[in-house]
Amino acid sequence: MQIGAARIDPDALRRELFDHAAGAYVSFEGWIRNRNEGHDVLRLEYEAYDLIAVKEGEKVIAEAREKYALLQAHCVHRTGLLELGECAVWVGVSSAHRDEAFQACRYIIDQVKVRLPVWKKEHYVDGHSGWVNCERCAAYG
Amino acid sequence: MSKSITVRYFALFREHAGIGEEQIDSDALTAGDLFAELQDRHGSSEPLGHCKVAINDEMADWGAALKDGDTVLLFPPVAGG
Repeated sequence: MQIGAARIDPDALRRELFDHAAGAYVSFEGWIRNRNEGHDVLRLEYEAYDLIAVKEGEKVIAEAREKYALLQAHCVHRTGLLELGECAVWVGVSSAHRDEAFQACRYIIDQVKVRLPVWKKEHYVDGHSGWVNCERCAAYG
Repeated sequence: MSKSITVRYFALFREHAGIGEEQIDSDALTAGDLFAELQDRHGSSEPLGHCKVAINDEMADWGAALKDGDTVLLFPPVAGG
């Protein structure tokens, strides 16, 4: 699990998951989208508490390894200001067969989104901004 | 007995509190009691169930007992990805 401001390079991350025993590789990239809940989004700002985010992320990956027969698994989450189209989060797994890879990748991204101390602030085209899931708590969960 | 607690705020909570960290004296017995006390002070109104807490860099429950010298991290609703 990695948390940081550095740009995500999916090709480089993918190469690290190569394994001769692997018959399947599945990855997920979360991109910055231009619209959320009716607002035109200009950019996003991510904040994380790195120490616990890494610890919790490692726990999620360990759980995925326990549940599914994985060969390799890795996750990276960015922090700081991100522009439209940039990759905010990357998950990649390799396994002998595709079923485990699909399920494990899904498990990791789903858990990462709800468990890691990571927050995003949306900056809108109209000049306003807001923390996702906070001010609009009624829509949360 | 009053305890000395270091509180760290993140994201929305930091903006509400106007500071990232403060040291306070509190009679709060649990992390949940402390949260309620601080929400009153900073005018925050996030439901407890959506928020998370860590004590001394370990994730904790809202019912966790506080002791003198603890550092409590208050996490507003997370939104990764």
